Amino acid sequence: MGSTSHTAKAGGGRLAALTTWIDDRFPMTKMWKEQVAEYYAPKNMNFWYFFGSLALFVMVIQIVTGIFLTMNYKPSAAEAFGSVEYIMRDVEWGWLIRYMHSTGASAFFVVVYLHMFRALLYGSYQKPRELLWIFGMLIYFVLMGLAFFGYLLPWGNMSYWGAQVIVSLFGAVPVVGDSLMEWIRGDYYISDITLNRFFAMHVIALPLVLVFLVIAHLIALHEVGSNNPDGVEIKKVKGPDGIPLDGIAFHPYYTVKDIVGVGVFLIIFSLIIFYAPTVGGIFLEAPNFEPADPLRTPEHIAPVWYFTPFYAILRAVPSKSMGALLMGAAVVLFVFLPWLDRGKVKSIRYRGPLFKFFLFSFAISFVALGWLGLQAATPLYTNMARFFAVVYFAFFLLMPWYSSIDKTKPVPTRVTYHAH
Amino acid sequence: MTEQVDTGRRHFLTVATVATGAVGAAFVAVPFLASWKPSARAKAMGAPVEVDISKLEPGAMLKVEWRGKAIFVVHRTPQLLALLEGMEPKLRDPESNESDQPEFARNKERALKPEYLVLVGVCTHLGCAPLDKFTPGDATVAADWEGGFFCPCHGSKFDMSGRVFKDVPAPTNLPVPPYRFVSDARILIGAEAENA
Repeated sequence: MGSTSHTAKAGGGRLAALTTWIDDRFPMTKMWKEQVAEYYAPKNMNFWYFFGSLALFVMVIQIVTGIFLTMNYKPSAAEAFGSVEYIMRDVEWGWLIRYMHSTGASAFFVVVYLHMFRALLYGSYQKPRELLWIFGMLIYFVLMGLAFFGYLLPWGNMSYWGAQVIVSLFGAVPVVGDSLMEWIRGDYYISDITLNRFFAMHVIALPLVLVFLVIAHLIALHEVGSNNPDGVEIKKVKGPDGIPLDGIAFHPYYTVKDIVGVGVFLIIFSLIIFYAPTVGGIFLEAPNFEPADPLRTPEHIAPVWYFTPFYAILRAVPSKSMGALLMGAAVVLFVFLPWLDRGKVKSIRYRGPLFKFFLFSFAISFVALGWLGLQAATPLYTNMARFFAVVYFAFFLLMPWYSSIDKTKPVPTRVTYHAH
Repeated sequence: MTEQVDTGRRHFLTVATVATGAVGAAFVAVPFLASWKPSARAKAMGAPVEVDISKLEPGAMLKVEWRGKAIFVVHRTPQLLALLEGMEPKLRDPESNESDQPEFARNKERALKPEYLVLVGVCTHLGCAPLDKFTPGDATVAADWEGGFFCPCHGSKFDMSGRVFKDVPAPTNLPVPPYRFVSDARILIGAEAENA
């Protein structure tokens, strides 16, 4: 027995020696400490703070399942639809990998929307986190691109007509609209050529950009430090050791917390994959189980749920160019939040009633527009979409006004925290 | 040798290097961007197609594919042509001033021969395929339906010449492709002039 413990000790010594050997050549321990073990996050972060690490987790799922899907998928108009069916039926566990990827796409947007809403609740986009917020918005735009390019790949009829509708939006650009559409498609219609290039964008070009932006987002986060539900800058009150008094080490405290989040996420994720992978046509639309047919439009074209709030705005405007413009504005306006918000406090806890009212109506209008975008456009629904679109834009455009005159509450110097 | 750095020279060289590099990068970008344009094969596949209309019954419509788009060929009866009368006030662009068509189709019938209507069956809103709803009052569209084409995606409406109604999302009339009659029974779609 004595010899065993001796070996273990020698093993530990060898491991330490290896660490030193690496550290002399690559800042492994330094990076671990700076980014994880000695990154001090506010101790009062609540469940809203799960969604950042969950987004990272879903990205890993998408990359791993995506790599395995490319091993059997064929990016050609003649073979694409068949190859997806082949993955679903003939490839061992192919159905699981494919459903993980398709459900993962929706899960990505669920966690990203909640992550963004957290930023709205607690003013996480405000100074000094403007650039962090912009990196995040760029990540969101890349995700939208990934989702759009990816949705064409199964070459189902909804894939086809969805791409047709989105590419046609570029026709609203004055003068060069038609040539621009032709350039995007590489053909006079959505064809094999278009599918092939969308595949390239989906599997290599945008994922590379995404990973780069995620790294930039994390570097910016760790530079300025995490915000928290009180919107208090914990770096302002430090102990004699230079560590914020309200900060706790990311590892082990938040790694452990985030693992719980991953656990809960995986339970829900698995239930969807195993019992309702299409979620009644919301995650995967029924017409997409038919091959693409350039001559026959599905009865009712709707994008996947994560685009429907913007799609509802597009449809609500009785002019193609204005519709496209407002839809673009609905997405891009988020970028300007750090400058639209003139509030002196960050967190919803200390904001006044005006901000709460506008944020609450915005959240309702976002969900309502999302639902309306899934429905066929009847006159009643179109009018409802117009109403909610106005509410949606009011949140952004009136923000300089209501955020500056709002009656705010005094912000404490330390975070509020009740020991459990 | 002087110890002093010639900052003016250093600045000039930096600017010159950046400028040369930028011009080079711009030139290199051209082939990559141009590679996204329709290839020679895609252009060849977009050549004109010939359609036999000898078996097209009066009042019926046939669809052919040209450049991946549905082309509608409708044999309009005198009754269907009569539906065009007095429609102007309800239309956004009755004279086809803002729409896409060959010069010969810039009129009420929007056709070379009024009895044969040739249209690109792609909604000018967002590219869906409009449905043929030629019967006035067709309940699947609306009780006061005028007869024409109806896009199920976003509810755009067009008359029996593909002219867009007011207050619908589509901005312009359905396009008329370039075409000509090769004989009484055959239409060549995709080419207007004899030598094309």
